[in-house]
Formats: sequence, structure tokens, C-alpha cells
Amino acid sequence: MSKTLKTAAIVGAVAASFAAYSTTATAQAKEKCFGVSLAGQNDCAAGPGTTCAGSSTVDYQGNAWTLVDAGTCAEIELPAMADGSARTGSLEELGRDLPQG
Amino acid sequence: MTVQTAFRAGLLNPAHPVPEGLTDGHAQPAGRRYGVYRNNVTVSLRDALATGFPSLISLIGRENFDHVARAHLRQSPPTSPLMMHYGAGLPDFVATLEQLEHLPYLADVARIDVAMRQSYHAADSTGIDPTLLQSLDEESLLAARFGFAPSMILLRSQFSIGSIWHYSLRGGDKPSGHPEDVVILRAEYDPEPFILGTGAGDVLHALHSGTPFGEAIELGGEDFDLAALLNLLLSQHAITAVDH
Amino acid sequence: MPDASHAFPHLPHLPGVGYKAQHFTDIMTDPAPVGWLEIHAENYMGDGGRPLAQLRVLSERFPMSVHGVGLSIGGEGRLDPDHLARLKHLCDWLNPASFSEHLAWSTHDSHFLNDLLPLPYTSATLTRVADHIDEVQSLLGRRMLLENPSSYLAFAESTYSETDFLAEIVRRTGCGLLLDVNNVFVSATNLDYSPQGYIDAYPLDAVGEIHLGGHDEDEDDFGAPLLIDSHGREVVDPVWALLDYALAKSGPKPVLVEWDTDVPDWPVLADEARRASQALSRVLV
Repeated sequence: MSKTLKTAAIVGAVAASFAAYSTTATAQAKEKCFGVSLAGQNDCAAGPGTTCAGSSTVDYQGNAWTLVDAGTCAEIELPAMADGSARTGSLEELGRDLPQG
Repeated sequence: MTVQTAFRAGLLNPAHPVPEGLTDGHAQPAGRRYGVYRNNVTVSLRDALATGFPSLISLIGRENFDHVARAHLRQSPPTSPLMMHYGAGLPDFVATLEQLEHLPYLADVARIDVAMRQSYHAADSTGIDPTLLQSLDEESLLAARFGFAPSMILLRSQFSIGSIWHYSLRGGDKPSGHPEDVVILRAEYDPEPFILGTGAGDVLHALHSGTPFGEAIELGGEDFDLAALLNLLLSQHAITAVDH
Repeated sequence: MPDASHAFPHLPHLPGVGYKAQHFTDIMTDPAPVGWLEIHAENYMGDGGRPLAQLRVLSERFPMSVHGVGLSIGGEGRLDPDHLARLKHLCDWLNPASFSEHLAWSTHDSHFLNDLLPLPYTSATLTRVADHIDEVQSLLGRRMLLENPSSYLAFAESTYSETDFLAEIVRRTGCGLLLDVNNVFVSATNLDYSPQGYIDAYPLDAVGEIHLGGHDEDEDDFGAPLLIDSHGREVVDPVWALLDYALAKSGPKPVLVEWDTDVPDWPVLADEARRASQALSRVLV
């Protein structure tokens, strides 16, 4: 089987599995509104008290804090790369504004 | 200096003196009363960031997160009133922090938090009828360019960011350490990050950039599973147009 | 998309609540005694998704109030044209019964500070605020309401009282007012004046809506009480009394309970709305 025929065969198989499946717009359905919502982030309330974060000069120098042991990262140990070097983050992000086909 | 420039100067700098000309309504200087505004600005921005970074908070703990958030908001206050978009620069900031150097994956995992929120607020769209692909002849299919839902966001990393994100919020198996490409898809209103199989990130990136289908799938390599990728995209209503 | 022909033209003289997404199911099931809802405009300026879908459904059933928290009407700079355009888009789409904003600023030199910051009351600031309100009303094609702020300090340079300032704004722009009686109580306590005296001087004829909310208690450097407008608990009795005082003078108005932090389960909020309903029933006879 040629490569293109193979491709067509796969697509055909996948599409067939969705033949019975409806894609008509469900976005209008009220029941879809009932799911978990992210919190709205703008409001007009004041923060609690006068003595907390905003007036503290102790850590005003942004990087002058010390990491305390906390969180689930302590449970995650990733293997080093084959050459023993630490991995550096290099991430490619697809924006929502790239040209569409 | 204008009144608001003077008032603004100390809001994110607690070492700055209380501006002049502020009172308690009578003759006494405002003093601590100005601190209410300092506190409101700092706490409201910190809390807005906290809402947006559940996995980062799980990974480093709330106390560490609050330090990171406070340093970030003082350095980079929002430039838009839409708090739903605030924090897009936090992953890059995380990558610069010495204290977190030993956790090099954090910034990329935090990008999933950002992308989940972007996807949640993205425009609605309708997926294609899957039979549309089936109806194309082979030539048209291979030449077709796909359009995708605005809520679809692809993230590619050298770290197992999808597994780490999942572990941090939902538990289960510990991350393997393999590089992962993650695509965030929103079938209806709830975005979900999916870890892509071998080669699928390259193919999806090409398809999203407008590469014709036949050309894009050649980029996947020997182990690329086309059926799995198409199945995922179709079931999550991610393909919204096929131009042929 | 909401159908403008079914829109509610006015907020009713009933209790409303600040809408929180976690209450969607409760509100759709049994909203009593709540008769209308208020949203913070900025939380509904995304491109789509569940927030706008919920709004679409709610607006078919309830009169809606759009309450902006980020326009910076009291700012020294010009209003952000992008933000104004987003606001117009939202109001054109939703066609709410009311739009309101705050006598405050929050943006300076393109930084958004996410708090309602105070301004001195002078002829210069009055002209600026009035110009900004003219711009908003003309762009939106509707009359807006302006809300009195919670104050924690005063400006030595102010030459107007807050009530005189607001009255003059109303006279110049034709806008309406949103009277927040919790803000009156908070400011009057913090700056040591009579809250009833403030309401006596307030242009009540222009009031299109009344707000209520909970506050926290602290104190200043000299041990004087300093109330913080936190919206995180029940409305206190003196604020309910101030609502009665205002309603007795103004007649019935749409009354809203705000609860933005530590948001309770629906029955707690509904109880607060019930108390507002009782206050309204005392002036309806």
C-alpha cells in the first residue's frame, strides 16, 4: 500500500468512528452552563486588614526571599539528561493568532 | 508631580514615604491609612495571580508562591484592567528566580496554567462534522488546510509538563521525565490538557500554521499515530474548518 | 445572543445580589427573593466560554446590572479607548438594565492597580470626572450611575465635600448615582462625620441603585477605628439602619447585596437579600 493510500485508509477509519456522532452546536445548551467555573478576578472589594502584604518592607527586595520546603515538587524527581546536564526550559507556544489554514 | 503620580509612587513600594497632603479627615496625617491602599493593591493583585496558577501553587506551596507573586507584581504590574489575563508574564519571571533554579520545569508547567485560563475565555467555535474528512477524495484531503478552535493551545517542552501538571493537581502516577508536548482543548466550556504522542506535536504545529495535511503528517516520523491525533482533535471539536 | 426585544429596561425595586458563578445552579433553581443580578464588567470581557454563556442564560430571566470596576473614571489620564470599546461591546451585547462605575481611579501611566483609589475633590478634578462621564455616556448611548467610594483618608487640598462634588457631577453630566450605604458608613466612620448627615446632603433624586456590603474593622495609628470595605461578611446592623434611613427619604430603589470575598453558600446570601427585601417592604406601603 502506498503511503498516501495508507493515509487515506487511516483517515477513513477515524472518520467512520465519528459518523454517528453529532457535532451540531451544543454551545447554546443551558446544561453546559452548569459546569465548574473559574473565579472572576475583578471585583471592588478591599483586601483584609491594613497590616499584611502591601506594607511589608521586609521582602521588598524582590529576590530576597528564601524558598521553604513545601508543595508537591518535592515529590517529583526528574532524571537528568543523558549527558548529565540539567534541562533548560525551552518551550514553543502556539499563540491563538497564528494564521489559520 | 501630579496628585496621582505621588499617590501611585508608594503603592507598590512600602519603603516609599506616605505622600504629603493626606489626612484622617481632620488635622492628623494619614499614616497607616495610606497602608490600606498599599495592602489592597498588593493583595488584590497577588490573589488574582493565585487564582490563575493552581498547579504552580501546588508545586511550590502557597507561601513560596506568595513571595514569587509579590516580587512579580511589584516588578510588572498589570497593563490592562482585565485580571483574567494578568499573569501571562509570570512563567518567564519564574524562570529567572535563583530560588527555583533546581526546578527547571516550573516555568513550562506554569505556562499550562496560563494557557488553561486563556482557553477558558477563548471564543466559542463549532467543530466540523467528522464525516467531512471522509467525504474528501485523496488528493483534496492531502492538500487540505485545517482551521482550529481559538481555544486550542499547543505547548511544547523538554520536560514532562503534562504529567507534572496532572500530578500536581490530580495525583496519580509520578511524572516520567520524558519531554512532552501538551495540547489544551476545550470541547465545550472546560479546557483540558492532553499529552500528545510521538511526533504529534510537530504535526499539529504544522497543521495549525497552515501546512497542508499531506505535508504536515510527513513530519510525524515512524512512530506517529495519526488516528490517535485525529480522534483526539475531532472528539474535542478542535478542528473547525477544512479548506480544500 | 440576548434578544434586545426581551431586555428588561429597568432594575426593579427588589433585592439583587452580586452574581458569583458558584451560585449559578441555585439561582436558576430558586432565586427568591432575588429579583435581579449584578456582574463586574471586567470578568465578562473575555471572547467566549462559560462566563458569557451563563450571562446569556441569566439575562433571559433576570434584569442585569453591569458594574464596572476598571474604567478609572477619576484618573488623571484619558480613559483607555480599548477598555471603553470592550465596555461598549459588552453593553451592546447584553443590553443591561443598568451600567454603573466608581468615583475612583485605578489606572496610572498605563499600569492597572486593581483597587479603587481616591481623588481630591476640587474644581479641576470635577471637570475631569465630568468630562470622562460625558465620554462614557455618549459612547454607550445610555445614562450611567456613579458610585460613592469607601474612603480611608482625605486630601488636604479638597475644596468640595463628597456630596457637593457628586451633586455637581450629576448637574453637569445628567448621570445618575449609585448610593453605597456601606461605603457611606465606612467613610463616615473613618473620616469622623455623620453618615446620616451625608445621606441628608446626598442628591437622592438621582439615585438609581443602592449597594450594601460587609466590612472589616481595624484601627489607625492613633487608635481611631478604621473600617475596611472587604465585602467578605454579613452587612452589620448600623448599615441596615442606614439603609432604612436612606430608603425612608428616597423611596424604594433597587437594593444590591455585595459579597466578593469568602463568598458564602447561596442560602446565606439569599438571607441577606431577604433582609433587604424586608427593608424595601417597609417603604412600599
